[in-house]
Amino acid sequence: MEPLNALVSVSNFMLVPALAYGSQLALGALGITLIFSILRFAHFAHGDTMALGTAAVIGGTWFLQAQGVSIAPLPTALLAIPFGVLVLGLYLLAADRFVYRYYRKVKAKPMIFVMASLGVMFVTNGITRLFMGVGETRFEDGQRFVFTVREFRDWTGLAEGMALRSAQAITIVTALVVMVALFWFLNRTRAGKSMRAYSDNEDLALLSGINPERVVFITWVITAILLVLAGTLYGLDKGFRPFNYFQLLLPMFAAAILGGLGSPLGAIVGAYVVAFAEMGITFAWRRVFGYLMPEGLEPSSMMQLLPVDYKFAVTFAILVIVLLFRPTGIFKGKVL
Amino acid sequence: MSLTARDLGLFAIMFAVLALVATFQSPQLAVTILNMSLISAIMALGVNMQWGYAGLFNVGIMGFTAVGGLAVVLIAQPPVPEAWAAGGLGVLLGLMLGVATILAAVLVYKRMAPGKLRGLAIFAVLVVGFVITSQVFGPATQAVQAVNPASEGYLGGAGLPVILAWPVGAVFAAGVAWLVGKVSLGLRSDYLAIATLGISEIVIAVLKHERWLARGVNNVTGIDRPVPRPIELQPLPWVQSLAETMGWSVSQAASVVSGLGYSALFLIVLAILIWLAERALNSPWGRMMRAIRDNEVSARAMGKDVTRRHLMIFVLGSAVCGLAGAMMVSMDGQLTPGSYEPLRFTFLIWVMVIVGGSGNNWGAVLGAFVIWFLWVQVEPAGRWMMEMVTSGMSLESELRRHLLDSAAYMRLLTMGLALLLMLRFAPRGLIPER
Repeated sequence: MEPLNALVSVSNFMLVPALAYGSQLALGALGITLIFSILRFAHFAHGDTMALGTAAVIGGTWFLQAQGVSIAPLPTALLAIPFGVLVLGLYLLAADRFVYRYYRKVKAKPMIFVMASLGVMFVTNGITRLFMGVGETRFEDGQRFVFTVREFRDWTGLAEGMALRSAQAITIVTALVVMVALFWFLNRTRAGKSMRAYSDNEDLALLSGINPERVVFITWVITAILLVLAGTLYGLDKGFRPFNYFQLLLPMFAAAILGGLGSPLGAIVGAYVVAFAEMGITFAWRRVFGYLMPEGLEPSSMMQLLPVDYKFAVTFAILVIVLLFRPTGIFKGKVL
Repeated sequence: MSLTARDLGLFAIMFAVLALVATFQSPQLAVTILNMSLISAIMALGVNMQWGYAGLFNVGIMGFTAVGGLAVVLIAQPPVPEAWAAGGLGVLLGLMLGVATILAAVLVYKRMAPGKLRGLAIFAVLVVGFVITSQVFGPATQAVQAVNPASEGYLGGAGLPVILAWPVGAVFAAGVAWLVGKVSLGLRSDYLAIATLGISEIVIAVLKHERWLARGVNNVTGIDRPVPRPIELQPLPWVQSLAETMGWSVSQAASVVSGLGYSALFLIVLAILIWLAERALNSPWGRMMRAIRDNEVSARAMGKDVTRRHLMIFVLGSAVCGLAGAMMVSMDGQLTPGSYEPLRFTFLIWVMVIVGGSGNNWGAVLGAFVIWFLWVQVEPAGRWMMEMVTSGMSLESELRRHLLDSAAYMRLLTMGLALLLMLRFAPRGLIPER
């Protein structure tokens, strides 16, 4: 029985990666929930716009690297994030101006908006692939690890090692800062309050002099920031492949619905639940139980509930359970 | 309602363009485009039932077509006796245990009073059931996959005529659609979209991963065809004389004839479906569906069970997509789970429906022809354009190479633009609903 080793093993292979993945999902799901509560439609272009923003960041990173700029030990990509936000912000605002605004004006049904976002998704997808191709691009540089397996072992003297990759550490810290900032913005600033008012009751908000176009503008800008951050962090962690970003759509939606569409806190909680469920069910627990069980009783199988290929099935199962038993989500889908 | 002169004109233009392809590019290409257009037209018909009649938004078309494709393997492939001997019973027993677990959980949910105890009981049932199931299922699938893995390693099919797989594919897709619809219909309309997106990813994951079922990513090839292969047609005298009169090579003539055989089969299916769909759309049932689509609240006030009707049309539409999926696999003669991509199989069909005219069956068919034609032809056009643009650059230029490589993605962009422009400026499509 070596519970400490078991804890280290489970942290190394499951808890820390799931925490990082959950943080990336949370940033994306926050964007989905914001768009849903202000513009009132499910934004299907979310994954692909995330890929476009990340592509811009990668372009910026290459430019900076060519200029010899570096902020080692941190990855250069962090410096390029403002550029990515600028590009994606302009892109989303242009999409709003040329696509969504018209449907808002004619008060189209929500499904028409979804369809339009499908068109935007197609176009965005094409643009991203024009620049980046379909293969995997890695753009992580700087120091790779905060501490490595060997350092950890030497330091603690345990048999089981643990590593913390810089990308994971940066992800978790950044996500925390962004979430706090977003809640401060929504609850304390004038613009944030007007957004909440608008999502609560559109007509009353209009009567009290809130400019709807301004609210929409702020929403897209915040979405751009969230998307570029989420995409860059995901890319630093796992590499950039446009198709993976498209596939993130399902877990992000599942997280937003699980938390309750329109509730930012719900989106964050939902994202971590989805991430931990995906990782926990597709994780091979053999090693961990090997440390926990008394000697001679170690498990012989992999103790893996489902193969990794089925991680989307886990997400989907969560979605189905929510839809069946609590369609309003954990936080009752309270609008903002 | 029949077609107007304008609609017939649009179809005539489309076929004239295909004839031009046959003359100036190659007759095989024209036949390939025609066949895929026919299949796409059937998929578009299915989607049009869901969206055009009832306003249901299905983004899992890929999953339903793939399930239909699976039916072809399960029906037409010869069974593998060694694999059945090695683990066939275990696999079946495992599947049954899995279903029994879920049923037991449902039973517990229905019988016990709500509370923490019920939650715990369901959890216990699921865990115990899962452990038992995997104990039976795991070794059995391992045994099956170990049988001659280079060419078999799966249970095989029923060895029945391949045409039979088409209706079976429709039934498979209908079953999956019923499950999804049961869960997500009756809630917010976007939930169906998200649920179908999920199920289609899972269907593909299952097809890729469960090698005992249809060999997974190793693909099943050489499936029986309902039409003679070109190689069997080549020695026939009438094919040879056809080649002579048209000035084609014999192999070219044989593949054109074989392709046209498929076209004939597909046309029959399409004609039956259109006839049925038109009859349904103009019956009291069709009027009720459209009434529900246009105003759910008032339809409900008139005593219509909206959720049940939605479930019905969702299952019907998905069945049509499954049928098309089965037809596609039997045309290719192979099931390649790796080739199912959502952009190609889900979103492209949507572009077809919107461009053609949602709510109109003929519109969906025309849309399928136009969009599939563009999908095939835009890539060479994009490459040609890129070559024109980059012709001034030096041959080794990095940028030039990159631009030429990227020409393939031009078509995603073009399709997206087509969808957005149609939705904005001609939301009723080429052949509007009447």
